Amino acid sequence: MASVPAVLQSEWTKIRTVASTIWTLAIAFLVTVAMGFALSLLFSTTFDDLSEAERTTFDPTFVSFSGMILGQLAMVVFGVLVVGSEYSSGMIRTSLAAVPQRGTFIFSKIFVAGMLALIVGFITGFVSFFLGQAALGDHGTTIGEPHVLRAVIGSGLYMGLIALFSMGVATMLRSSMLSLGILMPFFFLVSQILASVPKAKDVAQYFPDQAGAKIMQVIPDALNSDRAPYSPWEGMGIMALWVVAALIGGYLVLKKRDA
Amino acid sequence: MIEVEGLTKRFGKKIAVDHLSFQVRPGVVTGFLGPNGAGKSTTMRMMLDLDIPTGGSVRIDGKHYRELEEPVKYIGALLDAKAMHGGRSAYNNLLCLAQSNRIPVSRVNEVLDTVGLTAVAKQKSKGFSLGMGQRLGIAAALLGDPEILMFDEPVNGLDPEGIHWIRNLMKTLAGQGRTIFVSSHLMSEMALTAEHLIVIGQGKLLANTSMADFIQQNSRSFVRLRSPQREQMLDALSEGGFTVVEADDGTLEIDGSSSEEIGELAARHNVVLHELSSQRASLEDAFMQMTAESVEYHAHSGGGTAPTGGPAAPGPQWGQHGDKGKGA
Amino acid sequence: MIEAVGLTKRYGAKTAVYNLSFQVRPGTVTGFLGPNGSGKSTTMRMILGLDQPTAGHVTVGGHPFRELPNAPRQVGALLDAKAVHGGRSARNHLLSLAQLSGIPAARVDEVLGVVGLQEVARRRSSGFSLGMGQRLGIAAALLGDPQVLLFDEPVNGLDPEGILWVRNLMKQLASEGRTVFVSSHLMSEMAVTAEHLIVIGRGQLLSDMSVRDFISHNSADFARVRPADTDPGAREKLVAALGEAGGQVLSERDGALRVTGLPLPRISDLAHESDVRLWELSPHQASLEEAYMRLTQNAVDYRSTADQLAGFAPPPQPGYGGQLYEPPVVPEVPTQGWYAPPPPGENPYASDGPPPAQAPAQAPAQAPVAPPVPPLKAAATAPAPVTAGPAPASAADLVKHVSDEKPDRTAKPDESDAKTETTEDAR
Repeated sequence: MASVPAVLQSEWTKIRTVASTIWTLAIAFLVTVAMGFALSLLFSTTFDDLSEAERTTFDPTFVSFSGMILGQLAMVVFGVLVVGSEYSSGMIRTSLAAVPQRGTFIFSKIFVAGMLALIVGFITGFVSFFLGQAALGDHGTTIGEPHVLRAVIGSGLYMGLIALFSMGVATMLRSSMLSLGILMPFFFLVSQILASVPKAKDVAQYFPDQAGAKIMQVIPDALNSDRAPYSPWEGMGIMALWVVAALIGGYLVLKKRDA
Repeated sequence: MIEVEGLTKRFGKKIAVDHLSFQVRPGVVTGFLGPNGAGKSTTMRMMLDLDIPTGGSVRIDGKHYRELEEPVKYIGALLDAKAMHGGRSAYNNLLCLAQSNRIPVSRVNEVLDTVGLTAVAKQKSKGFSLGMGQRLGIAAALLGDPEILMFDEPVNGLDPEGIHWIRNLMKTLAGQGRTIFVSSHLMSEMALTAEHLIVIGQGKLLANTSMADFIQQNSRSFVRLRSPQREQMLDALSEGGFTVVEADDGTLEIDGSSSEEIGELAARHNVVLHELSSQRASLEDAFMQMTAESVEYHAHSGGGTAPTGGPAAPGPQWGQHGDKGKGA
Repeated sequence: MIEAVGLTKRYGAKTAVYNLSFQVRPGTVTGFLGPNGSGKSTTMRMILGLDQPTAGHVTVGGHPFRELPNAPRQVGALLDAKAVHGGRSARNHLLSLAQLSGIPAARVDEVLGVVGLQEVARRRSSGFSLGMGQRLGIAAALLGDPQVLLFDEPVNGLDPEGILWVRNLMKQLASEGRTVFVSSHLMSEMAVTAEHLIVIGRGQLLSDMSVRDFISHNSADFARVRPADTDPGAREKLVAALGEAGGQVLSERDGALRVTGLPLPRISDLAHESDVRLWELSPHQASLEEAYMRLTQNAVDYRSTADQLAGFAPPPQPGYGGQLYEPPVVPEVPTQGWYAPPPPGENPYASDGPPPAQAPAQAPAQAPVAPPVPPLKAAATAPAPVTAGPAPASAADLVKHVSDEKPDRTAKPDESDAKTETTEDAR
């Protein structure tokens, strides 16, 4: 059997030696942080214009994570490219010839890429939080407040899981273009829109991003949104189930299909 | 040693590979021939466990590919020149491959040097020409210093120097006792490289034989003779019961004989010879004859394109027993 | 007729093509050879008006390409098989080309039939294999029924049947009086297709002559002679007689003799005089590849300073020390052993690579993995192990000889004279 540490090292080399890793992760970080900061600033200056309901449910932690909506897309691209570029480049044949144990191969890849995405996610989460709170000034909160640390850590987890989910989907679809074509509109449009349509909302709240994002809210009905029928950590669990399903699906496809 | 046993692959209703059984032995270059769509690439992919066989098995030194520990050290393969990530440098592409099989990093530079890519090692491989990509793929195949090497169309995109180099490389590797399995559409190249042939058509084994036998079995061979005492020689030949064909250029062609026999005959009759050579057809002729049935895309042309066998027009690349070549 | 006069192309400081003058005549297939980076593609692009020459000019049928009235009807070219919009069907691709130059649609179906693609004519060409793409490219070249045809590596990706077809197609086109200009890296293919050769190296003309002359000029023809095995002493007698008569005799592995410098009838007479019966007396022409290798090598010799062999040795004189490699395949081309080929994409001759015999020697002993495996380069540094087949042993051997003394073909004028005779006799 292939040596797992060797395969992990190999996958780390693969990830660090392509430019797309750097730029997708850098964009994920910069976009999330910059947009969170900008929106925090906006809320801070227009706080008095908010409605009464919105003011009472104002969640300064959640506001500093507003950039996630865009930033997660870069994470999707990262996750998709990590797997998809193996297929688009033809490298998959070389890789599988070198590591014919397909499970070892794909889970090593996903482990390395997932860890990297988690680390970037945590950094992004903390930086977004502190910059956001700085921008919010008097309306902000601190890391010591109840549930705030959970939300900040959760934001990092969320970004990592989004990347992992994308890797699973890309492994199933075996194509970068197809995966991006499905995931980008899904996360950016479909999920967001359905989550605000009355009936569809009941289903949409179990989508991976909707369920996972709940952990970033300190106040459950932040900014006058609806309460979810699950707790923040349960939401994260739902998202994790999606991720596990995607990864298992990906593994089965890889195992069964011709490379 | 590669052992293929009853290997079968179906894509839906289409049978790409049909109960294929053969062995690839060490120490010689084994050529793998077949028309487009014969199932060569599918077979090679199944050997590497990239495609999963519908039936049958492939064993590498007695083991299934998946059971190999660090397979890059057992078997090196060039399947597709562009099976590398274009955004990564040539060096890094090889590095991650080396690391996955615990091959020392220094080996990466060695193989880059061997294939002549040292100068461009740090360049992204997507800017590589077909020939450079091919060299990179060959470097990857050599990386683990494997006992078994597989090359699918290795000379694709290479220039004459590169073609020459890869040909000698394969022979050298075989000479070291390694197992070399190479597919190509270039018959003249195969004729120079391979000693043994495995020919498939429509997924089935057509031949598994030595190069010399293959050519002999699938085409005409004869002795060519030229003499200033032509009439005398003709008499001697008919006396000896030989069938003689008189070629347009005045030479005599004798089927079913050996040059030794004819030489002795001429000596007995005191006939001066100006040429006495045994003629073999080219590998291409033999191949065409054998696979005429199983070709997928037939081209049509006003001119006679029928793949006729026989040594009537073998190329000089193979017909060095004679002088027929250009201008003939 | 294609005519280039003083054609020069510079890209910045780099000169891709320099002062190239040649004519490609109708009625024959003209091969266009040269190492990677020698300027072949640039020249072809200039012929087709895709690149503008820095100096000089090239005309097709007397006009620069861009001034040709209805160029597609006069010149057809296959430059890059994949230069097709993948989303379009083969038929629609050809149809759009036909409409551009006022060619009737019926002609599209004709050429599809000629190249054997009619069954897949309505499929999108993105799903085409390299060979099918090549056929489509050839169909496009034939579309306007042009008098001048250019093909760049036409057999790329084709299977043996396709290769044979292309070869016959080109010969047929030439026999119809068309001008057919073909570039290829496959010497063996060129040898059976082209009648005339234009060889360039480093953007300059190296040779412009018929294939037959090219081979004769650049390599030694020889005769294979085999005395009767049943007659002990015959071999020695014959060798002595041939040597006395001024022939050079080398031994082949199977015991046959390789004779240069004597025409076949003379060898026959000598054998007769010394009362030796012959079992074989056959003329051999060197391969085009051998000739090409020698020419391009020579080009390097006079251009570069010392140590610029780039691992590319001239073909060894056959038969050093009776160690001739005798493969099942007779025409062994010059053997170089295990040299590191020059980086492709650059001029192979411009690299500072070590000479052939040193390249492997410099490589540190390796094979760090799988210890029982013999080091990869062992056979190049030393003769192959006892178990090795004949090829590597002689390869290593020849390399050694090559590095010891570079054979100089000009040093043996008698040989080249004789070889011409031999060739004539053979015909």
